[in-house]
Amino acid sequence: MRSLSPRAAFLAVLLTSAACGPLLAAEIPVEAGDGAAERLTEALIMAKPGDTIAIGTGKFELTEGLSLDVDDVLVKGAGPDATILSFKGQTGSGEGLLVTSNRVVLEDFAVEDSKGDGVKAKGSDQITFRNLRVEWTNGPDANNGAYGVYPVTSKNILVDGVTVKGAADAGIYVGQSENIVVRNSRAEYNVAGIEIENSMKADVYKNTATHNTGGILIFDLPNLPVQGGHDIRVFDNDVVDNDTPNFAPKGNTVAMVPKGMGIMVMANRNVHVFGNRLSGNATTHVLIAAYPNDYDDDNYMFVPRGVFVHGNTYGEGGNAPDGEVGKTISDVSGTPVPSIVWDGVTRIPEYLTWVSAADRIYIDEAEGTTFANLKMISQLMLPWSTSPDKDISAYKGSLPEPTAVKLPQENGA
Amino acid sequence: MPQLISPPVGEMSGRTEGGNVGLRLWSHFLVQIFALVTAFCTASSPSFAVSPDAILADTPPKLLSEFGFFTDIAKQTPAENVIPFAPITPLFSDNALKYRFVYVPEVQSAQYNDTEAFDFPVGTALIKTFAFPADFRAPDKNVRLIETRVLLKHETGWQAWAYLWNDEQTEATLKITGAKVDIATVKADGTPLTFTYAVPNKNQCKGCHAFNGEIVPLGPKARNLNGDFPYASGPQNQLAHWAEAKILSGLPASSPAVPDWRDAAAPLDARARAWLDVNCAHCHRAEGAASNSGLFLTYGEKDRVRYGVGKRPVAAGKGSGDRSFDIKPGDPDGSILPYRVESTEPGVMMPELGRHVADPEAVALLRDWIASMR
Repeated sequence: MRSLSPRAAFLAVLLTSAACGPLLAAEIPVEAGDGAAERLTEALIMAKPGDTIAIGTGKFELTEGLSLDVDDVLVKGAGPDATILSFKGQTGSGEGLLVTSNRVVLEDFAVEDSKGDGVKAKGSDQITFRNLRVEWTNGPDANNGAYGVYPVTSKNILVDGVTVKGAADAGIYVGQSENIVVRNSRAEYNVAGIEIENSMKADVYKNTATHNTGGILIFDLPNLPVQGGHDIRVFDNDVVDNDTPNFAPKGNTVAMVPKGMGIMVMANRNVHVFGNRLSGNATTHVLIAAYPNDYDDDNYMFVPRGVFVHGNTYGEGGNAPDGEVGKTISDVSGTPVPSIVWDGVTRIPEYLTWVSAADRIYIDEAEGTTFANLKMISQLMLPWSTSPDKDISAYKGSLPEPTAVKLPQENGA
Repeated sequence: MPQLISPPVGEMSGRTEGGNVGLRLWSHFLVQIFALVTAFCTASSPSFAVSPDAILADTPPKLLSEFGFFTDIAKQTPAENVIPFAPITPLFSDNALKYRFVYVPEVQSAQYNDTEAFDFPVGTALIKTFAFPADFRAPDKNVRLIETRVLLKHETGWQAWAYLWNDEQTEATLKITGAKVDIATVKADGTPLTFTYAVPNKNQCKGCHAFNGEIVPLGPKARNLNGDFPYASGPQNQLAHWAEAKILSGLPASSPAVPDWRDAAAPLDARARAWLDVNCAHCHRAEGAASNSGLFLTYGEKDRVRYGVGKRPVAAGKGSGDRSFDIKPGDPDGSILPYRVESTEPGVMMPELGRHVADPEAVALLRDWIASMR
C-alpha cells in the first residue's frame, strides 16, 4: 500500500470493499512534493472510517483550507517540527484545518500561518489534538488568526501536548463544549494562552502559559447558543511571565485583557483554581470578575458563582498593572496589585441580603498571600467605597470539587 | 437535431448574480427561450432522458453528460422534466452567471415547506452551472462555463458534487478536490475584472449546505421561488409552475416571498434581510456551520440581537475590524457586518467560501440598511 497514491489507495479500498463486504482500514500515505496539496485534500475527503492518513515529512504549501468530515480517522504527521502544513499563501476558507466528524485524532504535525483560525473542530464528538504545533511564525500580530487549537460546540475534547504561538485571540480555545481535557500543552505569545468559554466540565492541567497577554481565561459570555459554563478545574499549571502587550483586534472580548494577567475567571459557575504556580504576571495572578459590558440576554448570569481558589503558589507580580482594567483595579487596590483580586460585583438583591454558600467566592491560600475584594458596583466598574476588603481570612471555606473529566477516547465513561 | 439559435447559453443569463454587473434582458430572453423550447419539442428523444441510475449510483458518474440532464450540455439546454428556476434574490458568487435546474423523478413530488427548502423525494437532482461571459456588457455572448454543481437525493441523504468544464466547453468532469480557475472578464461598468475563481472541493460543498451536519439544498425555498420565471410558455410564478408540473405538492393558497434585493421600490429592511438570508444564513443559523457565533441571519429571525443589533463578536479575530458590534444602528462604519462583507481578505471576508471579489452594491445596501436603523 505504501507506494500507492491516495487515489489508488482509495480505489483499492473501494474494490476490496466491493469484493469482501466490510471496509478494511487503510493507511493512506501523503508525501510532500508535487501536487501534495491536492493529494492531501483528496486523502482527507476520500478517507474511510478506520483509515490513517499519514502525512510525510516536509512542508506542505496550502492555498485553501483543509477539511475532514469522515468519522474514525487518524491524521498523523511525522512530528510537529517535521510535518508542516503552511497556509502562508491561503486565499480561501476561515481556518487551516476543519474537522466536522467524530472520533478523530490529529497528531504530530504543525499548522503554520493560517489566515483565520488554525485547527478547528465544529460539532465533533471525541476529538483529540495531540502533539501538534500551531503557530503564526511572524510572532504576535493583530492580523494573525484568532484561535490556534479551536474545538467548538463539541464534546469529549482532548488537547494534549500541543504548542500554540501567536494567536490574536486565544492559543487554545474551547468554546460552547462539554467534557474537556487540556493538558501538557504550551501556549505562548498569544493574547490569551488557554481559554475555556461557555463550556461545561473542563480539566485544565499541567500546561504552561507564558509570554501571553493573559495566561488562562475561564469565561462565560452572553448571546451565545450555549452559555452557563460550569464545573471547571484549573490545576497544576505554570502560569508565568505573561508579558506580551495585548494585540487583539478591538471589539473582541479578549482585547480588554491587560498584559500580565495570570488566571482570569469571568462569569462562570463552580470554578476550582488550585495547585498552580504563578509568577511574573504584572497585573495580577488571579482575577475573578463579572462580565463588564452591557448586554441584552435574560438567560445570562454575569457574575461568577462558586469560585474556589486554593493551594496555588505565587511569585512576584502585580507590579505594573496594565491598561484600563489594570488601572481600574490598581486605583482601588494600590500597586503592587494583590495576587488574587475579586471585583466583588454582586447582584443588587444579593448585595442587600446574602449570597448562598454555593455561589460565594472562597480563597484558601498560604499565609501571607495578598488579596483584595474591590467591592465594585455591578457593571459600572466603580467602587462602592475606596477601601477594598483585603482580609483574605474572611473568604476561607471550600466547595465540593467536580469529579475528574473522563473521556471515552481514553476508555473513560 | 435542429439548428439551435445562437448563442443559447446566453439566453439563460437574463439574471446575473452580481449587483455590480447586473443587466436584465427579459424580453430578449423570453423570445429566445420560446424559440429554444419550440426547437426541442421536436428534438426530444430517449437518448436525452435523465438517467435515474446515474443520479442514484453509489459512485458519482465521472462525466456530467452521463446524467442526461441536458439535450445539449454545452448550451445548457435542459432535457425533458428538467425545469429551470431562479431564486428571487440569489447568492453572490463572484458575479458568476448561474443556470439552475431541478429534476424530480416522475410521479413523485417535493413536499412544500413554508420556511425551509422543500423536502424532495429520493432521485431528485438539483443542478447549477456557474459561468462567466467575456464581457458583462454582453452577458449572453461568449459565455464560458466553469463548473456545474449537482445535489443528488439518495436514500441516505443528499450528495454534493462539482463537475469542472473543459476548455473546449464540451464536457464537465467530476472534480472532488476542487479547482482554481483564472477568470478575466469586463464588468458592466466597463472595468476589467480578473481573479481566481475557486471550484469547491467536496467538503466545502457541505461547508455551506450543512444543516445539523447533514447536506441540504439551499435555493429551493418557497419565499425565494415565489416570483415569476420566464418560461417558454410565458412568465409564470415558479411555485405555481412547480405545482402544475406536479413536482411540488402541498402548495398553500398563499406563500411568503422575499423581494429582489436590487428592487429599489421594495422596503429597505426586507431587501437587506433577503440578501442576508441567501448570502449568510446557510451558516448563520442555529443549525448551520456558524451556529456558535450566535449571529442568526435567516429571513424569519425576529430577535434583534440575534441578527446582529448590539451583538458583540465572539470569534471574529481580525474580522472585527476594530469594531465592537455586528450592527451598530445608524453607524455602518461602526458595524462589523458590512466590513466583513466588503473585505476580500481570507480570515476577514464573509462568506468564508465562494467569494473572492466584492459586491459593492450589496455592501451599499447593507450600509443603507444599518444607517436607517435606530
